[in-house]
Amino acid sequence: MATLTRGAPRRRRFPWHLVVFLGPAVVLYTAFMVFPLFDSLRLSLFGPGGSGLGQFVGLDNYIRLLTHSEWAPRFWGALVNNFEFFAIHMLVQNPIGLLLALLLSSRILRGRSVYRTLIFAPTVLSVVIIGFIWKLILSPLWGVAEGGLNAVGLGDLFAPWLGLKGPALVTIGLMSVWQWVGIPMLLFSAALLAIPDEIIEAARVDGAGALRIFRRIQLPMIAPTVGIVAILTFVGNFNAFDLVYAVQGGLAGPEFSTDLLGTFFYRTFFGFQLQLGSPTMGATVAGMMFLLILLGVCLYLFVVQRRLVTYEA
Amino acid sequence: MRTLRRLVTPSALGKHTVLLVYTVIALFPIVLVVMNSFKTRNEIFDAPLAPPTAQTFSLQGYQTLIRQGDFFGYIGNSVIVTGVSLFLILLLGAMAAFALARYRFRGSRMIGLYLALGIMVPIRLGTVSILNTIVALGLANTHLALILVYTAAGLPLAVFILSAFFREVPRELEDAARVDGAGHFRIFAMIVQLARPAMAAVAILTMIPVWNDLWWPLILAPGRSTATLTLGTQQFLGQFVSDWNAVLAALTIAIIPMLALYIAFNRQFIRGLMGGALK
Repeated sequence: MATLTRGAPRRRRFPWHLVVFLGPAVVLYTAFMVFPLFDSLRLSLFGPGGSGLGQFVGLDNYIRLLTHSEWAPRFWGALVNNFEFFAIHMLVQNPIGLLLALLLSSRILRGRSVYRTLIFAPTVLSVVIIGFIWKLILSPLWGVAEGGLNAVGLGDLFAPWLGLKGPALVTIGLMSVWQWVGIPMLLFSAALLAIPDEIIEAARVDGAGALRIFRRIQLPMIAPTVGIVAILTFVGNFNAFDLVYAVQGGLAGPEFSTDLLGTFFYRTFFGFQLQLGSPTMGATVAGMMFLLILLGVCLYLFVVQRRLVTYEA
Repeated sequence: MRTLRRLVTPSALGKHTVLLVYTVIALFPIVLVVMNSFKTRNEIFDAPLAPPTAQTFSLQGYQTLIRQGDFFGYIGNSVIVTGVSLFLILLLGAMAAFALARYRFRGSRMIGLYLALGIMVPIRLGTVSILNTIVALGLANTHLALILVYTAAGLPLAVFILSAFFREVPRELEDAARVDGAGHFRIFAMIVQLARPAMAAVAILTMIPVWNDLWWPLILAPGRSTATLTLGTQQFLGQFVSDWNAVLAALTIAIIPMLALYIAFNRQFIRGLMGGALK
């Protein structure tokens, strides 16, 4: 209310109520979120020290991460895998989510909310649980997947995918898609339901088919949501860890073929089996992830969103 | 199927077919695990797709869990950590959102922006520093460590969504209350009352990732006495990997709390997520 006081006496009462309302949130957020992010970036500029911090080394850690034979192969491997992981989500998860949302957007369809509720169910469960469930299903020991493929005459296709270098990452990616498809489905549903019925009815009266209505009306009108889904997928994927850790362990086997930046970060910072952990190198990996996510968000804000705005105008 | 009896135009039939197929894909793995957790070991392997019958029914896996005994503790830890974090996020988030939405003061836009930055940046990236802080405070392996981190991580989205809702409450209501002599805190309580649906949406958006998280328990509180259900299950599964009855029972126990909550509140869940996403 401070600025509302009329007559502006020189000495306003100090707005204690604002401090009380804002203080706790700002302090907690600063201490456990903003400070750690910057402090972690700072740590990435130091060399290893015995108990405390070592010497200031500038960008040496980053150069080591990108070029040194001890770090670079794992880093680039995890980065490439992470882009593949992201591509799987963009090519499989989001189109399926959109398709389901389109089917559910028809107002005359019965049982819409039942479908929506059931299809969304996996999304509320823990990634660890989902990973383990799929691991059991795909296990040759239990034979559920093998039996299923046999039943439809595709038994020859079965292989222990999680143990094979090539298919392991795709398999993990598809597990993740299976779990998270509910999110794009809901976001697209909300956007599609916001389109006024009259527009679609008018197009239909003019003889437009479902495909044409989708391409000419629905897709342009939900374009902002497409952007939001893409950036949410990006941030989520480049931060992923739980699924790989639960299914393949910290070493992201076989032979690091399912290693993502999240698992690489964990191993670098915490150490794993024979490898010793390094806080400063861990902070360096986190710094690279931060840079990547920042690039993605900026790309979204300045390129995707700006183009959308001009399109709508 | 009630849904198929009416309106069987080819197009509706096609839609139902696709949706039904996908619903089966979404539910099959969950049903499979829950179902098999109540069967004898032989039946799990001989006929994985068969539901338990009187002959094949067995609680062997659950008995192993009870004997091993840690699961009740894990569930308790998860309830404490999620419950307290949720309470703090809602209380502190609503307070901050109230100040930002209902008072005009210098720097309010800046503070709003500052708090909103945390929506897009994952808190995991600060792990190295957070672990240092938690160890320095002597909070390693405590519930409080997890609560502090989850609260800090949950606040940005909570403030963002709640302040958008609080702004929509008509100013006249507040003025009337003020004339009646209500102070800042009475008005805060009134506005929170009016924004209960938004509070529910925030609660749901916040609860799922906290309950399901593996990263922070693994790093800040890996001890047996503080492990959450997600971490405890993960460790248990690694240890008992060959005892299929126990593994399936553990998975079922880990699934049930969230699924039960989801089934009970699915309307609020979906609406909260759709509305929260739109805001």
